[in-house]
Parts: sequence; structure tokens; C-alpha cells
Amino acid sequence: MTVAEAEVSHDGIHDPHADLGDAGNYLKATKGWKTWAFTLDHKRIGMMYLASVIVAFLVGGIMALLVRTELAHAGETIMEADMYNQVFTLHGAIMVFLFIIPSIPAALGNFFLPIMLGTKDVAFPRLNLGSFYIYVFGTAFTVIAIVAGHVDTGWTFYTPYSARADNSVIWMTMGVFILGFSSILTGVNFIATVHKMRAPGIHWRRLPLFIWGIYATAVIQVLATPVLAITLLLLTMEKTLSMGIFDPALGGDPVLFQHFFWFYSHPAVYIMILPGMAVVNELIATFSQRKIFGYMFVAMSSVALALLGFLVWGHHMFTSGMSEYSTMVFSALTFLVAIPSGVKVFNWVATLYEGSISFASPMKYALGFLVLFTIGGLTGVFLGILSIDIHLHDTYFVVAHFHYVMVGGTVFGFVGGLHYWWPKMTGKMYSERVANIAFWLVFVGFNVTFFSQFILGSRGMPRRYYDYLDQFQPLHMASSGGAYIIGIGFTIMGVMFVRSWFNGEKAPPNPWASAGYEWMTTSPPHPHNFAIDPVMKRGPYDYHLCTEEELWDGFPEDFVPSDR
Amino acid sequence: MSATHDDHHHGPSWLAHHFFTPIQQFDAAKLGMWAFLAQEILFFAGLFVAYGIYRTWYPESFSVGSHMLDWRWGGLNTCVLLFSSLTAALAVRSAQLGEKKKTSMLLLITIACAFGFMIIKYIEYSHKIHLGILPAKFFLCPGFECVPPEGAAALEHWNQAKGEAMSEIATAVGASYQGEGIPFHLRSFFGIYFIMTGLHGLHVVIGIGILFWIWRRNERGEFGPEHFTAVDIAALYWHLVDLIWIFLFPLLYLID
Repeated sequence: MTVAEAEVSHDGIHDPHADLGDAGNYLKATKGWKTWAFTLDHKRIGMMYLASVIVAFLVGGIMALLVRTELAHAGETIMEADMYNQVFTLHGAIMVFLFIIPSIPAALGNFFLPIMLGTKDVAFPRLNLGSFYIYVFGTAFTVIAIVAGHVDTGWTFYTPYSARADNSVIWMTMGVFILGFSSILTGVNFIATVHKMRAPGIHWRRLPLFIWGIYATAVIQVLATPVLAITLLLLTMEKTLSMGIFDPALGGDPVLFQHFFWFYSHPAVYIMILPGMAVVNELIATFSQRKIFGYMFVAMSSVALALLGFLVWGHHMFTSGMSEYSTMVFSALTFLVAIPSGVKVFNWVATLYEGSISFASPMKYALGFLVLFTIGGLTGVFLGILSIDIHLHDTYFVVAHFHYVMVGGTVFGFVGGLHYWWPKMTGKMYSERVANIAFWLVFVGFNVTFFSQFILGSRGMPRRYYDYLDQFQPLHMASSGGAYIIGIGFTIMGVMFVRSWFNGEKAPPNPWASAGYEWMTTSPPHPHNFAIDPVMKRGPYDYHLCTEEELWDGFPEDFVPSDR
Repeated sequence: MSATHDDHHHGPSWLAHHFFTPIQQFDAAKLGMWAFLAQEILFFAGLFVAYGIYRTWYPESFSVGSHMLDWRWGGLNTCVLLFSSLTAALAVRSAQLGEKKKTSMLLLITIACAFGFMIIKYIEYSHKIHLGILPAKFFLCPGFECVPPEGAAALEHWNQAKGEAMSEIATAVGASYQGEGIPFHLRSFFGIYFIMTGLHGLHVVIGIGILFWIWRRNERGEFGPEHFTAVDIAALYWHLVDLIWIFLFPLLYLID
């Protein structure tokens, strides 16, 4: 008997939305801490990742506020220069390695990848749990380096300084080395899952664009991260054995370290932004109630970004000593990145056109993403231009550029996705009114913080400096003020989610009236994701093929949840 | 096949609950392993690039270094690994045919070869350590001791080892570029040599563990013509370990 026949013959017996009580709720199906610590359920692993990355975001965010507080006034404000060097290093390292890289793929991806593929789990559930514990183990190393040591190299660990700095750099790099393996194993798992675990009916042209983005990310995770691993291993050898690979006194070359480092870390930038774009696809389709315009172009642009990401690492090193021919080639290749990025932005805007747009809080983050990512992306073109980069290199302009992409892009994507999928993950609604207040605080605070840094950078304020000239005072003050507005916004959002977790109203299966596959199951989902193995008869954005029942938002007509 | 998720299991006991068919489970495992192997290649690629760059900068040190490695030991190890790859491939075949005893025997031969490789590597390493032909900071430090030890007997031993090292270097210098003295970057050549062969050796040791685990599972009768996934992907891993050595051997031992 085929799956489809089973569905027909059981019709009326197995209602997909039937209330199975606790047995049909992955959060409550089994009880006790052991059922979480040793769970093989991708949803629970995803939730554990989510909790971990949020803690990392909190710690990294506190570091950011300390940095901005110190920089609010010229000269010493709250800490000494030496302390400041450590704090900005920790802000960078924690945010990059412990928060952004695992944020969307390991937390939201783990939770939704199998559900959106209509399958019960990732291909290798034990490996999935293993990569979570490897992440925890790597984090422990990093914490040791922070508590016991003195890491002030910046998150890039550039030689020759890192080779001479305090030995706690070794702990930090070992931590990052271990975190890398967590990332690689997650990537391997996702690649196998996307290829081999799709439910009947989900062919490549029906793959949700979230999956396409996560898939492209997984390819980079698998191919780029090992290069970072070997680089950090060589750095450790350099420190312990005086290998001489990066030390000019022994015949090595510090620029070689930069080549190695950016061969990973530029693709890693796409590990960070592609998942953000992936989430935005889902938000824009759902809240416009339209099929994504140019679906295949958007899907392929993710793959194109993944491939181009491997060819442009040299643009981080235009001023580090490369031949001028190399810089020309790297500059030209860098401009190519604008093409797939542009394809995405234009297709999203085209999707909005004539859509039935709702400005629910997740959509606000998606639209915020569009604006901020466009600014971040276009300023990236400035930096790819050789002559302009000479002026802007290592200034606040660069800092502002990558914060527009990483925070305005990835963090907005992550937070938008968190709002969007929160009802599915927890089965609870949150207060839309509070979510809106938090959004506007974060959006306005973000622009105040980082737009002033564009101006600072273009006027020559170097990045990472502890002190500055008086002429930069007003803009630094504005930037620090903005950082506090962001902080308040995120605090309000955090309180909102905690209240929702404990006291939120019960969420219906499909609160946003989405055609996406993940909304076909109950909220929170069944331990096996779907009560009946699904057979997909339409694409995830085929609103024209959806029945009214499928798009029913789950709320009775006369009932609107408070603040919604 | 039942479409509902009752707790009763469908299909054979080794079919995990989230797969529909054995073929799907096999395909997923195999694809996952290939993705992992791609990762392994990129991991070693970083070292190959470091090797290539350093070699271009300091060809004379690399020439002397390669003369100081005994191609006969390296060649023997190449044969040992190639043979073990053959037995690993044959083990997959016999597992597919359901010949349990033969599979076990072939796996044991593969494991024996892996031990043989490590023993030969140990002979090479211990000779180098004894003479003090060690990476970077420990170059010309017999037994990792950089300062002459106290005590007449120990000092004589130390001096003798160091003298032997110097004469080995002099022979290699004579055989390669007929220059004088010790090329400075020889210390880095041995750094690269020990990192590359050391990481490869670590992979061999992990491989021994994996193969042993597969052998135990085979002894318990877990594999058959329907289900040989683990044997197959363990063999894939082993072939990669072999393949990396195929590149390491000429690069380190043979190229003048």
C-alpha cells in the first residue's frame, strides 16, 4: 500500500491536526532531563542550540555595550586600553564563532530542515546530537581562554602578533578548531538530508528556498571550515614549536596566514549571510501571500554565492602586500558577488509587487533586512574598488559595512525567523504589540549606531582604536547611544519571548496563513513531525493551489488573539 | 508500508525509524561519507599548500630534507597501504556476498597492515627523534634535549647522536646540491614532515579503531547482502587514508 493510498483509506481516522495530547507534542512527549540531554530528535537538538546561541548573543552583546561605553568619550571612560583590546576581541570571537555561524543553520535549520522536507529527522540523528556536544565542548575551551587568559588579538588572530601574544590564544584557537568540527558535521548531515530525505512530491523545484539557502551554506561549511582548522593548527605549531611558516625572522610570511585565514573566513561570511537570506524568502512569501518571484533564480543565486565566496578572499588583503595583478583579479571577482545578491533583492521586491502584504512583526524584520542588507551590500562594492579601499581599509567604514550585513542581514533574518516560527516551535503566541515596539527600537538603534560609523570611517577613524581625536566625539557619542537603544530593544524582545513561553496564548497550526510545508503540522509539532507521512502535491509557495482550509490561519473569525 | 507512526517497527531491525527503505538509508550514509571525505581533503589541502609555498621559497632545504628520508621505508609503507586498500575493497565485496568469515579475515588483514604501517612509521620516527632531526625549535635536539645533558655517559650519548645527525645532514647535502653547512630551513622541512605524516598517522590510528569496530559488528553477524553500509563507508574512509599517503610519499621522500 502506498503512502498516498494509506492517507485516503485512513481518512477520517487520522486527522493530521487531531489533538493527541502530550504524545503529539515533541516538547512533552517524554519527560526528564535525560530525554533532552540524550535526545535524537532534531527539534529538541535545535531548541538546545537555540538556547545556547541566545546565551552567546547575550554575552557578545554585553561585550559590545562595554566597547561602545568605553568609546562614548575620548580617552579612558570605563576601562584601560589593555582591557578594551580583550573586550573587543571577545565581542568579535563570541559573536562570529559562537553566535552567528551556528545561529540560523544549527538552531532554526535543525528544527525546520526535516519538517520542511516532510521527513521525520535529519539523515544522521546521532551525529546531530554529537555536533551539538562538540559545540558545547568548543565553547568550554573558549570560555577557559576568556576566564584564564588574555586574548587580545581580535577575532582574526593575525600573525605576527598572535604568534607572540599570550598563550591563552592557543586555548581560544583550539576552541574555534573544535567549534569548526561541529559546523562541518552539521553541514555533512544537512547535505545528506536534503539529497536523500525529501518526502514524496518534494522535488528540487519544490524545495523551500529556506532549504536551498541552508543547503548552500552546508556546502560551504563542509568545504571551507577544514581550511580554518588546519590554519589554526599551524598557528598553534607556530606558537609552540616556532615552526617558521608565518614568522619572517624564520623565513615565513605573515601574509600567508591572512591568505589561509580568509580562504575560510570569506566563505564564512556567506555561511553567515546565506541563512539570513534563506529565512527572508519564507517571510516575504508568507506575508505577501505570493509565490517567490523567479524561484529558480533565487535558489541558484544562493549556490552562486556559495561558489563565488571561495574566489574573493583576497579582497581582505588589498593593503597587506599582494601583487597588483592579484588585487585586480580579486577586485573584479568581488564585483561579481553583486550579481547574485542583486538577483535576490530584486526578486524579493518583485514578489512584494501586487502581493497581499501584511506588516506582522516577522515581515517588519524581512523588510528591515531588505533595506539594511542593500546598504551593507552596496557599501561592500565601495570596498571592493581598489583605489577607494586604500582610503577606507581598516576604518569604521569597514566596521559599519559588515555590521550592516551581519546584523542588519543575518541577525534581522534570525530574529525575524524566530518571531515567524516561534508559534510553531513553542506552540505559543507572543504579544504583537510588544514585538513591534522591540522592532522599532532595534531598527532605529541599529541605524543610529552604524550609520554614524560609516561617516566616522569615511573621515578616517581607524577601527579597533581605543582613543580618538576630538573631531570624532559627536559621532562616537551617537553610535554609543544607538547601541543602548538596540540593547533596550533586545531586552524588551527577550522579556516578550519569556512571557510567551510561560503564559502565551495557544498557537494554531498555521497562524500566518502560510502555504509553507512546516505549517501543515500541529504547533508544536508531533515528535515525528507529521502525524501522517506527508505527500506534497504542490510547492511551498503555491498559494493559488492551496485550499482555503490549508490557508486558514487557525483562528475563528470572531476571535483575534490579543494585540494581533 | 504503513503510513502511520505506530511504535511498532516496520522493516528489518537495522532500518532506522526515519528512513522509508534500506536503499534510502544506504544512499544517505554513503553521500554523507563522501561529503565528509571532501572535508578531509580540504583539511589536508591546507598543508599541501603550505608545503608547496615553502618548497618554492626554499628548494635547497627541501632537497636536502628529502634525501634524509629513507625512500625504502616510505616505499614499503606505500605497498603496505595499497595492499590494505585492496583487502578493504575485497572485504566490502565479501560482505555484499554474505561471506561472513571471509569478511572478518579480510578486515583483520587490513587492520594488520595498518599496524604494520604504524610500526614502520615508528621505526622511522624513533630514529629521527634519537638523532634530534625534529621540527623547528627542537631541530638538532637529540631526544628533545636542546642543552647538553649532565653526566658523562648521557653527554657522550647525546654528542654521539648529534654527530650522527650532522653526518647524515652532510651526506644529504652532498647528495643534493653539493653545498656546505646546514640549510637553515631544514628545520621547517621537518616541521612540515612531522605535521603532515603525524596527522596522517592519526588518521591511520582512527582507521584501526573504525576497522576493529566493523570487525566486531561483523563477528556479531550484523552484516549481510542486504545490509553492508558500515563496511562500505569504513572502506571509503580507509581508501582516503591510503590516497593521502600516495601524495605524501612522493612529495616528501622522492622529489629531489
